[in-house]
Amino acid sequence: MPGDEISARVERLELPFDARGVDGYGTSRWHLGVAFRALSFLYRTYFQVRCQGLEHIPVRGRAMLVGNHSGGIALDAAMVIAACFLELDPPRLAQGMAEKFINRFPFASTWTSRCGQLTGLPEHAQRLLEDDRLLMVFPEGARGTAKLWKDRFSLVEFGTGFLRLAQKTKSPIVPFAFLGGGDAIPTVGNLYKIGKLVGVPYLPVTPWLLPLPRPAKLSIHFGEPMRFDGDGNADDESTARAVGQVKERIGQLIERGRQ
Amino acid sequence: MRVLIPGIAGLLARKVAQRLLGGGHEVIGIDPRGWPGAPKEIELHAIDIRKRAAGEVFRKRRPHAVVHMATISALTADAEERYRINLGGTRAVFEYCAAHGVEQLVFVGRHTYYGAGPDAPLYHTESEPPQELGSYPELADLVAADLYAANALWRLPALQTAVLRICYTLGPSGHGTLASFLRGRFVPMVLGFDPLFQFIHEDDAADAIVAALSSKLRGIFNVAGPQPLPLGLIAREAGRRALPFPEALLAVLLGRAGLPRLSRGALAHIKYPIVVDASLFRRETGFAHRFDELVTVQTFADGFPAGGRSSPVPPLG
Repeated sequence: MPGDEISARVERLELPFDARGVDGYGTSRWHLGVAFRALSFLYRTYFQVRCQGLEHIPVRGRAMLVGNHSGGIALDAAMVIAACFLELDPPRLAQGMAEKFINRFPFASTWTSRCGQLTGLPEHAQRLLEDDRLLMVFPEGARGTAKLWKDRFSLVEFGTGFLRLAQKTKSPIVPFAFLGGGDAIPTVGNLYKIGKLVGVPYLPVTPWLLPLPRPAKLSIHFGEPMRFDGDGNADDESTARAVGQVKERIGQLIERGRQ
Repeated sequence: MRVLIPGIAGLLARKVAQRLLGGGHEVIGIDPRGWPGAPKEIELHAIDIRKRAAGEVFRKRRPHAVVHMATISALTADAEERYRINLGGTRAVFEYCAAHGVEQLVFVGRHTYYGAGPDAPLYHTESEPPQELGSYPELADLVAADLYAANALWRLPALQTAVLRICYTLGPSGHGTLASFLRGRFVPMVLGFDPLFQFIHEDDAADAIVAALSSKLRGIFNVAGPQPLPLGLIAREAGRRALPFPEALLAVLLGRAGLPRLSRGALAHIKYPIVVDASLFRRETGFAHRFDELVTVQTFADGFPAGGRSSPVPPLG
């Protein structure tokens, strides 16, 4: 996609940018333009990502994209962000909850922030939803990205915070399945101790050692929005049941995507 | 209303005093620094707030309200002096208020109370505790003063207390922590980090303090103006040049080669943002800022074009 089309899409993002193209969270039009030029190459050319069910993502207003992790690094998050920007009309900025360690690293700290990817804190998630943003959540957390290749279609334990937040903020949950990340970055093992030494949770190891993705075919399958009544203060048991429904739905989307 | 302002010689306090005077209030000031050229209607006492003479002013003049602005964050003052003024002075003000029937007190604190760190959320709300004090002990006295002021809410229930945590001020006077940091031609930054900075025009800040008084606020309130901006953008808008250094090198260079002086702990404040949610204050007072973020920076740049020497600055507190 030519750069001027990327610029046009950035201009069409319905975010409250000021006269210098910065919003109240520090998201910057200029940085988004640079990032989406790179992401559009990866999305369109390198991985040739296929997307289904985009119509389930609300055109405006708060919503929570909730999906599985696939691949040893946050390739899944990057491609979902790219899909919402490149495929939706008008484009939307999906805002993820970045792992806390990222904010400690030079450049990564600035670029995640300027691209609207805030540190993964409940306060940030709630505020973004209350501002009618599109939040992206991976309830498997770092456990999900640490999945090995042989487990690439499985789901590990989901946290429950996202469900409570969806109830509290009256936000629809749009479930999605991400497929192919495990083939792009087939993790055969994780180096936890070395990772800790360099300030990350772990370092994934692939057959070619480094977690550099190969051009595998990726696909994203969005499902119909799910709504859960409540104020976010329900007991753990009923919350876990609702989380189970979301997990089950994502599992079904994964199976449908594999066929 | 008779309003007493400890710390009246500070730039922001002078603006508050002038607004109160213009609003028909009687203004009394206490500040050992004095205020040459002050409006003659303002009764000035060039004394230390912690001395007996200051208590006498309270006893004799019986102010209805107090706006406590006698706190400092200057790095040039040693730690003991800062504790004496910030904590000892604040304690004295509250004791005078309790002893002499003051009805209302506005404590003007700082948003840096919350601290800066990689795990800190954007848009702190008033219920959050201070963080990262361990890495920036120079802030401890201001945090202690804030907490002391806040506990008057239950300790002195008859005193209508408002604790304001105001973000950095900026404007044509060039006064204040952020202005001092931006004063020189070059603005040092930590390589790879460009935190959001939240600031309010100095005239808006003065209006906000007056609004707190006239609304008879009670409680703890963040005070902020327009949306925050990244430090690098602020520097550019102010006609400065951002100079990024690796963190270890910057720690050595600060205070040398024309760069502003900062303590090592303050480096976190130019790596990570401190941004507050001021919606409660706006709701309670109806306050609305008049200067947006770009105009605010421009007024500073007009008053202090790039090219001046940087001066030793207070810690970002």
